[in-house]
Order: sequence, then structure tokens, then C-alpha cells
Amino acid sequence: MTDGKLVVKDKDIVVPGEVLAKGMNFLPGHGTYRNNDEIIANRLGLLTVDGKVLKTVPLAGRYLPKKNDTIIGRVMDILMSGWRLDINSAYPAVLPLKDATFSYIAKGADLTKYFELDDYVVVKITNVTSQNLVDVTCKGQGLHKLRGGRIIQVNTHKVPRIIGKKGSMVSLIKKATGCKIIVGQNGTAWISGEPEMEVIAVNAIKMIEEQSHVSGLTDKVKDFLEKATGKKLEVSEKE
Amino acid sequence: MMSSKYNKRANNRGFEESRPIEARAGVIKKADGSAMFRIGKTTAYAAVYGPRELHPKHLQDPKTGVLRCNYNMLPFSAEERVRPGPSRRSKEISMVTEKALLPVVNLEDYPNAVVDVFIELTETDAGSRCAGICAASMALADAGITMKDMVSSVSVGVIDHQIVVDLDGEEEHITDMDVADIPLAMVPSTEEITLLQMDGKVGKEELLKALEVAKPVLKRIAELQRKALKEKYKG
Amino acid sequence: MNQDLKTHINDALKKGIRLDGRKKEEFRKIEIQTGVVATAEGSARVKCGDTEVIAGIKLDIGEPYLDSPEDGVMIVGSEMLPLSNPEFEGGPPRIDAIEVARVIDRGIREGKAIDTKNLCIKKGELVWMILIDVLPINHDGNLIDLGGIAALAALKDAKMVEVKDNKPVFGKKTKQSLPILSMPVPVTVVKIGDNLIVDPTDAEEKVLDARLTVSVLEDGTLCALQKAGNASLSVKDINEMIDLALKKSQEIRKKLEEALAK
Repeated sequence: MTDGKLVVKDKDIVVPGEVLAKGMNFLPGHGTYRNNDEIIANRLGLLTVDGKVLKTVPLAGRYLPKKNDTIIGRVMDILMSGWRLDINSAYPAVLPLKDATFSYIAKGADLTKYFELDDYVVVKITNVTSQNLVDVTCKGQGLHKLRGGRIIQVNTHKVPRIIGKKGSMVSLIKKATGCKIIVGQNGTAWISGEPEMEVIAVNAIKMIEEQSHVSGLTDKVKDFLEKATGKKLEVSEKE
Repeated sequence: MMSSKYNKRANNRGFEESRPIEARAGVIKKADGSAMFRIGKTTAYAAVYGPRELHPKHLQDPKTGVLRCNYNMLPFSAEERVRPGPSRRSKEISMVTEKALLPVVNLEDYPNAVVDVFIELTETDAGSRCAGICAASMALADAGITMKDMVSSVSVGVIDHQIVVDLDGEEEHITDMDVADIPLAMVPSTEEITLLQMDGKVGKEELLKALEVAKPVLKRIAELQRKALKEKYKG
Repeated sequence: MNQDLKTHINDALKKGIRLDGRKKEEFRKIEIQTGVVATAEGSARVKCGDTEVIAGIKLDIGEPYLDSPEDGVMIVGSEMLPLSNPEFEGGPPRIDAIEVARVIDRGIREGKAIDTKNLCIKKGELVWMILIDVLPINHDGNLIDLGGIAALAALKDAKMVEVKDNKPVFGKKTKQSLPILSMPVPVTVVKIGDNLIVDPTDAEEKVLDARLTVSVLEDGTLCALQKAGNASLSVKDINEMIDLALKKSQEIRKKLEEALAK
């Protein structure tokens, strides 16, 4: 066997079936598999070379629930034992009675008093079973039902970019527009503010979503926000 | 090779040459993944929704997800108006499309869920199931579905012992010579065949030869599919 | 329906702004392209924001209706393709698709857009049939207007086909256009709270109180109406909605004529 070599470059966009490396020098990580002496991508993503391990970071696809993620869900069903939430994933989540509020909910109480159909709720994932049963809680800091504002859907894989390092990007948008913004890890985001400022905030988020791979994005977003709002912005932290 | 009465194609097309191809990803805004694939005049749109919850619940399988394909021709997509709603033909094509894609899709990653693929042909001039499969496979990748490879598809034919790639409508309807039309789909990385149908008459040796002739064309189609997807994500 | 979203849309509208930043009386950018489907005798694609509609015309020869033995037949069909929106499923046409088809049909029929007498081949026996299908590839609202515009553009684009043994020879288009006499442009005005808007998105349609589609001819005559939505309308509302529809119909007609001149 000759020495293995990379066929594509680090940070390349790769698609399913694409050969990433030949030879036995590299190891297949997430989003890749080995076929004889080749390593092949099995999803669309950004190639990451981590030492000898090749993996792809997904660029598309629905949300995969992860424990401790803070997400925004929509009430799709009211059960005897709690609420079923659509969380923009293949699998719905369940918010059990005991996790809905700090106060006690008596048996047979009218559950719509707490959450009604089509309400949006910020929740945290407490457990994901191997069968993809997802449990969430609404008890904790920042977890609550959303009132007013609007919901938008963004690519779940772009959420880290939209939030930015230590929340720098989303803070920038909040500061410029005065909007309240919550971005769930599942790609569901909530924005509430003055109507014209909401439009600017949405456009800024869409801009980040579309240009997430562009370098100097923070400056671009800052320029956009300054032009749109007519206000100068101080950027405290660079990306 | 026997000499053939079929010695010239329309527009001076080579016997092993497909019609011009255009491929684009992300053409349907509300879908999880989507693509358009055009070969000659035959134009297929595909949209993927899911993985999402499968209803009715008794169809759910805790070991694996389900792939559901639906092929449909728009009423004005053929010379004679196509009556809306499923036909025997569209149901069969939906089924073989599903089987053509199944070998590459890692459905075990999506237990209990369904991945819905809707294929709409806006215009057809032969080769519509192949165009649909090409578009569907791109749409699946665009939706971030895990899959071993994308599937490429084209039809290959034998007209009076002459092997030709990607028959157009006129060639399909030749009556004064024997015409065999063989829609094929292949997994490019393994060269395995996932769709194989044929109507017409052909000898075994010619069929095997036709499969060989189709291979490089299918690989070129795979390249175009990949390029279109990358184009979308490069922004 | 999400009551919160409705309140939110309404609050913004009170300040004269819509969720996507548009003004109340503003259409999204509209693109009209004809001749997009070779298998159709006439076709058009209309893109407007994130909505994209294709209309195609197929011709056929058949029997006229008993009560109009000298008139050609026109039928409009529509379906909510499950490919265009996650909320749609396959199956028989939904009531919203039937409404889209019927309202477009009414505008074209009552506006006498097609000279049906000119489509008679043999009185009482053979007439031309014009089959118009309007289908959304991308659905983000306002399908009646955009489908109606696409249908008109496709009708103008269409060419007759050759005839052999009283049957159409498909694929053999002649140079003859269809006998189109007028272009009834449909404009839907949507009422949310006390606000009137045009060209609604999917989200706006979900929270509307009422809507009124007005088909308008070149001279400002109205040729079809359709009121929908759960709320009632006052005569004052209707008056204002028609005024707005008349105004917007001129804008759209201009766009349509520009596209057809190409």
C-alpha cells in the first residue's frame, strides 16, 4: 500500500460520494466512511482535517436534538401528561407537566392555561433517548413562553455563526436594532422590536446565514446595520 | 459491430453523447432540500421534506426511516395533456425511483421518520424518470440526508444495433427500426446499477455493451450534480 | 392559527410596514417570462418574491357544451403541489386549489378574454378546447393573482396547432395565436384588522380577516369578484378595496404588457 493522500483540501465543500482521501493514512470520522482504500463523504458538508481524522461538518439538514441545547419549540399537541412540541427536527419533543413550571399543576387542570396550541416556547433539552424520544424542560433561566414578536426559521447549522463568539454577532444586531432576539439551536429564532427594526434584524440574520463562510463577516454585518439604521456602532469584540 | 441503418442523430449529436444538461440545487425555498435537473427539454424539479414524523404511526419502523418518492407529470408537460392525479404509470415510476435511490440513503439514521421526495416534471421529451432520479438524488444531498453516494441516471438505447445514449422523444418513437430503451441509474463510486428497465428488443451481448457505454456518461452526470450542489453552498 | 402572530402583523401594519419591510400597497418584485415549456401550446412562469407559478396551455378538439354549440371550451385547473410547501400532501385537489382555479376561470370567462366563437370548428359537434393549468412550484402566497397573470401570459404566448382528421397534431404549432380579446387582471386585496394590503405572503394569508379578488379589464370594468375569509366587509371596505385593486391592476397590466412585448 502506498502512502495515503488527501484528494480534497481542508475546508472544501464536499458532497455525498466524493472521495476525500486515498490510502490508509487517514481515518474516517463523522460524515465519512471507508470503502477499501478510499475515504468517502456521506453527507454534504465542510471537510475538516483533524490530524489523521477526516470529518464533514454538515451544512444542511434538519436539527438533530442534543442534550442541554436551548431551542424554541411550537406546541403541536396537548397530551394528558404534558405538551408535544415541534422542534424543527424529525422527532417532536415532550414537555412533561413537572417540567413546565415551578408551580404545581394539579391532575386534570386545564393545560391550555400554561401553553396553548401554536404557542412558541423556549426550552432546554434534558434527555434524548436512543429511540430519539426528546424530553425538554421549561424550568430554568431564560426558559419561557414567547409573547409577541415573530418567529423565523434559519439553517440550524448556521446558528453558531448567527450567535457569534460569546454571542458577539447577535449582540451586535440587538444593539443596532433594539430588538429582543433569541436564537434556538434548532434554527428557530424569535425577534421582537419596532417593526422597521425587526425587518433590519431579519435581513442581517439572513445575510449571516447566506455568507457564513465569508471572512470579515462581522465588519460586513456592522456596515449593513449602520447603513440600515443610520447609527454608528462600536464593536467590542472581533470574530 | 453490425452496420446500422441508424447512422445520424438530430443536431449532429454523437451516439455516446447526452443532450445538454443543466443542474441547479436549492430551487424550492420551503423545502428542506431541492434541485432542478434538465436534460434536453426534459425538466424535473425535486423537493425533499424531512426527515419528518411518519403518519399513520403503524407505518413507523423503530429500526429505520422510510423513503417515499412521488413522481408526477404536470398536465402540460407532454404533447397530450396529462390528466392530474396518480396513474398506473406514475405509481410504477415512483416505486422504481424509490428503489433506485434506496441503496445509497442511510435510512437507519432516521428511525421512525419519513423522508418525502416529490418529483414534478414540468416538460418532457423522453428520459423523464432518469431526470427525476438525478434531481431527487441532488435534493436528498441538499437536504443534508446522509447517503453513501448520489445516484446518477440516464437512459441508453439500442436503435437497429446502434448503441445510443439518452434517447429523445423522436428516437423513442422510431417505428421503422428496432428500438430498445433502457433507463439506467448507477451509484458512481461502486458502479452498481440501481435502476434497470427496458422496453424493446435487444440481445444480451448488446445489453451488456450498452451498460458499458452508459458508464462514462453517468459519471459525467455525477460530476454535474456535484458541481451544482457545491455552487449553491459556495454562495 | 397563531393569535400572537396576527396581533404582531397588525401592530406593524398600523405603522404602515409589513413583516418583510414592504409598504401596504406594495407588490413584491414580479418577473414574467413566456414560452418556458415547449410541450405546452403556450406557457408562462411568474416569479414574485418566493412564489413561483407556471401556467401551461394545452389545446384539444372536442364537443361543445349543449347550451353553447358554437363556443370553444375553456377549463382552468390548479393543484397545490406537495413539492411547493411542506403543508401540502398528495391526493385530490384541496379546496384552496379549486378556488384558485375557479376564480382565475371566472375572470377569463366573464371578461370575455377569449373569443370562443372563433374556436368553433363545426357547430354543435367540434370546437377547440383550451385547457389552462396553473401550478405553484414555490408557494409563498397570492396564488390567485400570480396564477391569473401567468394564465394570461400563457394565453397570449399560445399558438394553435395543425389539425388532421379533426384531431390536433401536437408538436406542430402554427403561427396563429389564440383569439384573445382582452386581459382581465386579477388583484386580491387583503384585509387584516383595519388595514388593506396587496400581494400577501403565505404568513399574511394565514392571518387575514377577509380578502376580495377583483378582476379588472382594460377600461376599469370589473368582470369577476370573489370575497373570502371569515370576516364580513362593509360597503366602505369594498369601495376602498376595489379602488386599490383598480390602481394595482394598471401597474400589473403594464408589467404584463412589457413582458409580452419581449
